[in-house]
Amino acid sequence: METKFLEQFTELLEMEQPVKLNDIFREYENWDSLAYLSVISFVDEEYGIVIPREEFGKMKTVKDIIDFIAANS
Amino acid sequence: MASFTYTNIGIAGLSAAVPKYVYRNLTDNNNFTAEDASAIVEKTGILERRVADEATCASDLCFAASEQLLNEMNIDRTEIDALIFISQTPDFRMPATGIILQHRLNLPKSCLAFDINLGCSGFVVGLNLAYSLLQQDSVRKVLLLNGETRTKVYSFKDRQTGFLFGDAGTACLVDKNQKYGQSWFVLDSDGAKSDYISIKTGGYRYPSNPDSFIERERENGRIYSDEQGYMDGAGVFEFVITEVPRSIKRTLQFAGVEKEQVDYFVFHQANKFMNEHLNRKLKLEADKVPFSLQKFGNTSSVSVPITIVSELSEKLSGVNKVLISGFGVGLSLGTAILTIDNPWLGKISEI
Repeated sequence: METKFLEQFTELLEMEQPVKLNDIFREYENWDSLAYLSVISFVDEEYGIVIPREEFGKMKTVKDIIDFIAANS
Repeated sequence: MASFTYTNIGIAGLSAAVPKYVYRNLTDNNNFTAEDASAIVEKTGILERRVADEATCASDLCFAASEQLLNEMNIDRTEIDALIFISQTPDFRMPATGIILQHRLNLPKSCLAFDINLGCSGFVVGLNLAYSLLQQDSVRKVLLLNGETRTKVYSFKDRQTGFLFGDAGTACLVDKNQKYGQSWFVLDSDGAKSDYISIKTGGYRYPSNPDSFIERERENGRIYSDEQGYMDGAGVFEFVITEVPRSIKRTLQFAGVEKEQVDYFVFHQANKFMNEHLNRKLKLEADKVPFSLQKFGNTSSVSVPITIVSELSEKLSGVNKVLISGFGVGLSLGTAILTIDNPWLGKISEI
């Protein structure tokens, strides 16, 4: 799941470089409120999970998102 | 569970009016760069919307829509036993705008008239109320009016709300007829999220004051005053993608109707990103889900009826099962499944 998620995440955020597990996603130059909505929408569609905002607020790295999905699938 | 079912009550006709002035999101908002505007329009799908001038109120749009409907359908006005006006941009704080409209529309004094303060869920909730009034033998016809001038509510300098909203009014005539068959409504409220979409000042909790009119820069560079609408877009998105699919499933289940039996799904026109997410999540065929937001934007409670008038006038011949769903400010959420049998649909008028 990790590799696929990283690829999809890279495409979703239109990143020039592939994203890595320990990237702090809020530090990406193109991270904004629309990017946040894209991630919530993507995770819901792909994994059927709506990440609650308070949970998302605690996440720092891309791995944190993956771990949350794994724990809630 | 607030669920309701009705027999042989339905929509006889529907008309809409919009302001003449077309506001083009890609070029007309000088508070943002062309690049920003284009990125926002790409996500929201709202290319243009109608903006009312200072002298035009929501009630004027509903008045125009009502006159068209009553005249062209040749309705005897003495048979309108109730008028419901739904808006969060009324003429006055008091009296109720609906009562003013009873007089303007030359409806009899024996007509019940009142306002409902609801937004995006307002057409569904109001329609449920109209149907319930019509269960009385003595109530013959109900006029349900939805009107908004939301462009007067939100700051054009707020990137979350400054590109979304449009002004419009609709008039819906509800009556009794054997042809309508059964219809079903499921309505929900979530007051824990009342601050997700709100205007802070101007009521009695926080009265208007000199400070409340001052525009301030907030988080993420959003600029608005306390007299203007605030929206927590991310919170609303989370609510909608979680609760709306549930509401639709519950309504289908309550009605004993399969998703495939529904001819059209008419959703509140929030924004393209959110509505398309709903379509994919619910696995709906694109040609069953009309969109009008590219032309009129998000018109709050008007968006469901104006989408029917604007997008389904060519398609609604014969008998159709139509699912409608409205969701937003409150937060409030309503879904209904209606049998719509050859309704009269007016041509959208411009004032």
